[in-house]
Amino acid sequence: MNLFDILGPIMVGPSSSHTAGAVRIGRVTMKLLGSVPKKAEIYLHGSFADTGVGHGTDKALIAGLLGMEPDDMRIPQSMEIAKEMGVDFCFREKHFREAHPNTAYLRVVDSNGKKLELQACSIGGGRILINEIDGIRADFNGDKPTLIVRNEDKPGHVAFVTTTLANAGINVATLVLNRSKRGGDAVIVIETDMNIPIEAIKEIENVSGIHKVTYLNLQE
Amino acid sequence: MAFYSIEEIVSECNKHNKTFAQVIIEGDMHDREVSRENSIEKMKQMWDAMILASTSYEKNDISNSGLVGGDGGKMETYLEEDKPLCGTFVSKVIAQALQMGESNACMKRIVAAPTAGACGVLPAVLIPYFHEYKATEEEIIEALFVAAGIGQVIASRAFIAGAAGGCQAEVGSASAMAAGALVALQGGTPQQISNACGMALKALLGLVCDPVAGLVEVPCVKRNVIGAVNALSVSDMVMAGIVSKIPADQVIDAMREVGEKMDVSLKETGKGGLAKTPTAVEITKKIRENSK
Repeated sequence: MNLFDILGPIMVGPSSSHTAGAVRIGRVTMKLLGSVPKKAEIYLHGSFADTGVGHGTDKALIAGLLGMEPDDMRIPQSMEIAKEMGVDFCFREKHFREAHPNTAYLRVVDSNGKKLELQACSIGGGRILINEIDGIRADFNGDKPTLIVRNEDKPGHVAFVTTTLANAGINVATLVLNRSKRGGDAVIVIETDMNIPIEAIKEIENVSGIHKVTYLNLQE
Repeated sequence: MAFYSIEEIVSECNKHNKTFAQVIIEGDMHDREVSRENSIEKMKQMWDAMILASTSYEKNDISNSGLVGGDGGKMETYLEEDKPLCGTFVSKVIAQALQMGESNACMKRIVAAPTAGACGVLPAVLIPYFHEYKATEEEIIEALFVAAGIGQVIASRAFIAGAAGGCQAEVGSASAMAAGALVALQGGTPQQISNACGMALKALLGLVCDPVAGLVEVPCVKRNVIGAVNALSVSDMVMAGIVSKIPADQVIDAMREVGEKMDVSLKETGKGGLAKTPTAVEITKKIRENSK
């Protein structure tokens, strides 16, 4: 942990895991969707469900979906702001098997009908882990620039994606590959040490068999 | 580089004739690949945020659950109108700790140090010190680096989350950080800062995390007071020449052992200790009904 993970972050209270972490989960969801959602169904599990209201977890998740950071003073009013913006949202409690106690599951839709489902947990000190995207295991935290590629489970996709990154001079920090079933859908999650240029992302998007490319850079 | 022991930091200070703060600043410059100015500027932002959080306290604010709010204001009024046993300075520290803890519970902006639940301890001692003892901003920022350096060692050797090690890991760590910061401000040596860390943490070993209804409110707000006042008494003992019989790193290791042995019901689950008292159970029931 760096020095300012210890003395910091500057955040709206009361809990780094239940408030700051929840804002980050909402914000990652919004970034992955590409815009503020039109509709959001949010399921809370474990401690998020039990103590979420008292910790403002609900307000924090909505604030994140609106693009706010954990230190945004508008977090306590996020639900009113979302309603004014015409964002339709609801909360439900749900138990997820073997999930971390501070887990949220979000199903969001943007104004063009683009959908995203995401399961994430808040692991302490405001840090988060994205467990699943669209039902496939992902496991990344968003600290580094992250490329998420959804493709058919066929030979050559991983090689193509990594070659494209290498050609762009991008160093891969971590790479994880998961699939729903053999020959089904696969998800490649790549964390990199530097920003990925838009040209490289477009090149990957245009390959047949690659369904969806999402790039997450929370620093931007 | 981040340090794994307080002893390493002290020996680095002695070897190169540097202050505790200098060694920590250089570690941060190395870790985050930033300049000295950038590192100091970032810490100044933390200090500015603490001051802003302190001035934006509202004595009429009540938390969502209705459990906390207003006590910081009561303490301030008592200090103005009466003669507290603790005297002016310590009473100001108490008031500041309550106020910061209450602001956190009321969803105001605070600085986690090391966590949101323990966010009152460090500003509670530093803000009154800044005003009463005419410290410069540079001195306070150096003290914050001392605090952060101590916290970093605790986080790497043990834990700083209540869910992992109980309240000793949150308020205990914050108190050790605050005690080190105060000794640095009082002109103590790196070895004395190490003693302060050890003594402050020792005094709070075993403190459990048993929040009512699982909320960062009861007893968290008032535990910030004990963390702050403990740091004051430790700082004075250290400056009087009293040493910690057990070295700081070994105290931190003991804190880890105690935290690991602590029952899970006493680690932020709301299932044991104060959270299980009949009154707390009743309060919890009411809060759950109101939130449905």
